Amino acid sequence: MGNLVEVENLRAYYITQAYGVKRTVRAVDGISMTIREGEIYGIAGESGCGKSTLLRVLMAAHKPPLTVVEGTVKYVFGDMSINALEMSEQEIRDLRWKEISYVPQGSMHVLNPVRRIQDQFHDFISAHRQVGKRESREMARKYLTELGLPDSVLMAYPHQLSGGMRQRVTIALATILWPRLIFVDEPTTALDVVVQRGVIQLLKDVQEREGSTIVLITHDLGVHANLAERIAVLYAGQIVEEADARTILKTPRHPYTHYLIHSLPDLDERVERESIPGRPPALDNPPTGCRFHPRCPLAMEKCKHVEPHMVYLHSNHRVACHLVTDEIGSTYDADKR
Amino acid sequence: MTQTNAESRLLHAENVTKIFHIRNGLSSIKFHAVDDVSFTMTTDRPEIFSIAGESGSGKTTLARMLLGMEKTSAGLLTYKGRDLNQLSKREKRRWFYKEVQPVFQDPFAAFNPLNRIDRYLYETVKNFRMASKGEMDRYVDHVLQEVGLSLAEIKGRYPNELSGGQAQRVAVARALITRPSLIVADEPVSMLDASLRMSVVNMFRRLKDEQGVNIIYITHDLATAFYSADRIAVMLRGWIVEMGPVEQVLGRPLHPYTRNLKESIPRADPDKKWPRTSGLAVTDVDEYRLTSCRFASRCPYVMDICRHKVPGVHQVEGRAVKCFLYDPTVVGEENVARHAAGLLPTPSTIQ
Repeated sequence: MGNLVEVENLRAYYITQAYGVKRTVRAVDGISMTIREGEIYGIAGESGCGKSTLLRVLMAAHKPPLTVVEGTVKYVFGDMSINALEMSEQEIRDLRWKEISYVPQGSMHVLNPVRRIQDQFHDFISAHRQVGKRESREMARKYLTELGLPDSVLMAYPHQLSGGMRQRVTIALATILWPRLIFVDEPTTALDVVVQRGVIQLLKDVQEREGSTIVLITHDLGVHANLAERIAVLYAGQIVEEADARTILKTPRHPYTHYLIHSLPDLDERVERESIPGRPPALDNPPTGCRFHPRCPLAMEKCKHVEPHMVYLHSNHRVACHLVTDEIGSTYDADKR
Repeated sequence: MTQTNAESRLLHAENVTKIFHIRNGLSSIKFHAVDDVSFTMTTDRPEIFSIAGESGSGKTTLARMLLGMEKTSAGLLTYKGRDLNQLSKREKRRWFYKEVQPVFQDPFAAFNPLNRIDRYLYETVKNFRMASKGEMDRYVDHVLQEVGLSLAEIKGRYPNELSGGQAQRVAVARALITRPSLIVADEPVSMLDASLRMSVVNMFRRLKDEQGVNIIYITHDLATAFYSADRIAVMLRGWIVEMGPVEQVLGRPLHPYTRNLKESIPRADPDKKWPRTSGLAVTDVDEYRLTSCRFASRCPYVMDICRHKVPGVHQVEGRAVKCFLYDPTVVGEENVARHAAGLLPTPSTIQ
């Protein structure tokens, strides 16, 4: 399978100028990654580590004060290769929802409270295709049935549906035009476990039916374990580790990944769990060297001054940590890959 | 449930019911948001009592009644032997609010973003006259130490300068200022990152052990409930369907709904993925209005009787379960034992 999105050394900063004071928040700071066609790619990390900012740049929805200062984002659609950061307004609009779709955070609140669901489907479809009301209703009904949702929701107003059903209707709405690429931002926060499971299953169904590519952002590694095929762990605007889901969850190499996984309570036995000490750094003045070193239990002297390089343990697993670099030597350095 | 005499009761709920009326034109529908709920917390030993269930199961309505913010429609709710419905405003202010303190879901919504966060701590000290003017700083600092913070850390800071975990700990510190016997925490961790949740939950455990504070921990996150609570009540559409010690209820759930909840917890382990089936209600209100078992439409083990009658509460394996699968008059003694041993009928064998 080919690459669908290629990101090269991306740096995106929030640059604000208030009362003559310039402030730069380095929310995305040197990220390179590729998203392959047909996969579910998970991005994990605590709040404030730049997940949502990265997503915004990936779908070319960044607006000042968020500025891309370096790097490229490239979409590869068939033999078409598009530079995402240099598209015109019109090009972006043509691409959105048809090729690229987005399920925003808290998306159960995006439905218009005074219109029936079927009218909202019509508004949405007719903005991109020449369809009549009856046609769009038929499309919506067929699609909902395929996804196993009751078509009675079409006649309902949003307040008549439960939170979980609203969330799933929004996902159906975002995917009805069969986009190639779907960005999903924290689809399950503040939903309870049963609803969460329904939402995740729906995303999986959508992906399996049409082979869309999904980029999933959430801080909940349990959700990633159930859905994602590859996971990137983000810390302070940088990728600290990336591998297939099983490797990340079973044999993480970066101390931060280890912490993220082991801070979750276990359901099989009640053992003491400690939370990660400290908090993510403020991104306007990130720590020198490895950005995790103030919170890292294994920090060495070197970590305070030297920024670790990304090294490849094998073609699918890369880590940025001095401990790993020291262990395997510098021959696998990212530059000599 | 163990029998307790009236003196040792901290909080006692007996058939507590809350009815809301939904008006629809001229007609009006009765809506039992909390239906026939009974439980007791004792003063003998501090405990963390968790109330769990999906959204719309009546958890928050129950919490509001426990906090005296809402009156019960039927049933009896007493705190240290006093009926909450009968308390005068003055008694509530002077005594009850000092004894029972809330912690809410979103710490950033609980504090006004334009006020310095320490103000809430000082205000509470003044309102309940917990310390004299000169003692105030020392007292506030002392309480903050109990939640792992210090006055120096938060003095003069605004809520947005704190992380979610820190802000939530300040909210707990504020609740602790009156030296309450009971804290009612309504979804205190659901707005926090998974990694920060543990810091709040660990703090609850410490408060219970070191300060002897009773905590009612309301959550939909069964993983943290299992980790921190002593006893748990699982709520479904206003009912408590399963209640008992947490190791038993969550270690080996008996009610099909509890089983469903437990299975639905996402595990950070690729070997423990979800099996592929799960039922979901279309609307919340419909299930409330069922005159039968309220889980009947989603239950994989549904029997005929479940669609017509309300199940009774049965004592099985050290817990109370509200389900026909454990009713000897319906399925027979032998089958109750089989079901209690975890041998539920396979969904297909039921007519």
